[in-house]
Amino acid sequence: MAPSARPLIRPRIRHRDIRERIIEVILFMCAASAVAVTTAIVVVLLVESAAFFERVSIIDFLTDTMWTPLFAEARYGILPLLCGTLLAAGVALLVAVPLGLMVALYLSEFAPPRVRETVKPFLELLEGVPTVVYGYFALLFVTPLLQKIIPDLPGFNVLSPGIVIGIMIVPYVGSVSEDAMRAVPNSLREASYACGATRLQTTWRVVVPAATSGIAAAFMLGIARATGETMVVAIAAGQQPNLTLDPREPAATITAYIVQVALGDLPHGSIGYQSIFAAGLVLLIITLLFNVLAHLLRMRFREAY
Amino acid sequence: MASLSRPITVTASPSALGELRSNVARRRRWDVVFAAVGVIATSVGVITLLALFIDLLLDGYHRLTLDFFLSYPSRRPEQAGILSAWVGTCLVMSVTAVVGVPLAVAAGVYLEEYAPRNWVTTLIEINVSNLAAVPSIVYGLLALGLFVYALNFGQSILSAGLTLALMIMPIIVVATREAVRAVPHAIREAAYAVGATRWQVTRDHVLPYSIPGIATGVIIGLARAIGETAPLITIGALTFIAYLPDPPITTTPPFINFNWLWSGFTVLPIQMFNWVSRPGTAFHANAAAAGIVIVALTLVMNAFAIWLRYRLRKRITW
Repeated sequence: MAPSARPLIRPRIRHRDIRERIIEVILFMCAASAVAVTTAIVVVLLVESAAFFERVSIIDFLTDTMWTPLFAEARYGILPLLCGTLLAAGVALLVAVPLGLMVALYLSEFAPPRVRETVKPFLELLEGVPTVVYGYFALLFVTPLLQKIIPDLPGFNVLSPGIVIGIMIVPYVGSVSEDAMRAVPNSLREASYACGATRLQTTWRVVVPAATSGIAAAFMLGIARATGETMVVAIAAGQQPNLTLDPREPAATITAYIVQVALGDLPHGSIGYQSIFAAGLVLLIITLLFNVLAHLLRMRFREAY
Repeated sequence: MASLSRPITVTASPSALGELRSNVARRRRWDVVFAAVGVIATSVGVITLLALFIDLLLDGYHRLTLDFFLSYPSRRPEQAGILSAWVGTCLVMSVTAVVGVPLAVAAGVYLEEYAPRNWVTTLIEINVSNLAAVPSIVYGLLALGLFVYALNFGQSILSAGLTLALMIMPIIVVATREAVRAVPHAIREAAYAVGATRWQVTRDHVLPYSIPGIATGVIIGLARAIGETAPLITIGALTFIAYLPDPPITTTPPFINFNWLWSGFTVLPIQMFNWVSRPGTAFHANAAAAGIVIVALTLVMNAFAIWLRYRLRKRITW
């Protein structure tokens, strides 16, 4: 290098180093915003809920069997909403577990690769349909259909949105379970075939037991999805809190209640406004619980091989 | 040979052999039955998708006229339209894309290219995967407390766009990371070897190669945001809007106007929800027509993203 070139290059390199640092810091801040968002969610929910629990005791909140915040004599017992939420999620799981498991077993063990490659995009499309459209479908297609089978089914009920949510989460539950089954080493399958087992026997007695924790994790994630689902239940389940375990009755879920209050335009700082944050906190805790469970289960199946 | 095969044929009596054969045949049959059940279970999803789309088309097709796209909502169902809704969707999406996409892509690039292996990185990764699992309505509550009241943005297009930007961030981060990770190290090393800095390597080599993968994530994220209803209801999107926000481009200098950011709004899914919740089949036809528009939009975007990804998998041979 010619000596005369050096003075030109040095400042340029220094300039370049500074720019590199600045860019790295900007990128880091973008990544760190994820932490900020989580913190903000927790802080907002906790602050507003704390204000709510100054007016309503936690014991009433957890044990009262009535949720009537918009009545003159307001009562704030989360149980009816919790019950509605779990009931809808329960119905959804009754649909999604067998269907999701069968889809995963079929795609992972039975389907020829070409079928799998064609079917999976369609299942992904099913996940892309907006939930408000599923709500329309539940209210105006599935409910009338069910009313032909159960004649005295009311227009709003938990059964129909539950079934629709179930079908909605099948692709999700199916693809997570399929991942778990694909993670089972082929040597196990080959050993089973070598003993003369058929495909079904291999699937049922070798692959499923080996993938159990992963499949269980898929169902936990499915529960979390179903609990957080809003529009389908807000449209098709009616919005009256109802402490019942009968899916044929109308009921409100935590999410449907939040939507109902938000539509009513409650003044900032009122107890009704604060109550949706308390309800949201309960919802977040439930979904996080199932997600953590799923995570722990998945860690187990990763360790197995 | 003959003497070897003899004991076997002798010990297996005809009845035992028949039993064995029927046993094998039965198990084979079960195999076929199970595969058939698998096919049925898999097609339930596709059938539902078809039923949903046909149902929407039958109910709402006759409402899909040009007037429907050019009219405001109205109390008379046959005059109501989705003008304010689709304009609102476009404006909210532009805020979401402008804020959400660079933020998420930058976060993904940082985590994959820059982040050192330490507890800070682990913390960020845990947070990203947690955010992906948070129900969308909780984002609505965050936005209600933070954007609408604490930052005083009001129930505006800005609040809505930011809310959806945060909501789709995890989707895009994950897609970006996967795309960036797929770029072979040899390409990075070649660039470093000729004296490129880290950012030059990222900008000139890693990012161009990973753009199709990132685009897939961005499209899927935006499609999710277009269909999202719950968080926008939570922050107080209005269900009846008979005006348009100020246009972003004006005829007088400085030709650009940001008043629309602060405007009240409605979006397509909220308009649909509003019409579904009304009694009476006339409004339900409007809801179905709005549904057709939303489903068509999101399905086209999703299909494009999926196609992009499959083409990508086939074409790349480093």
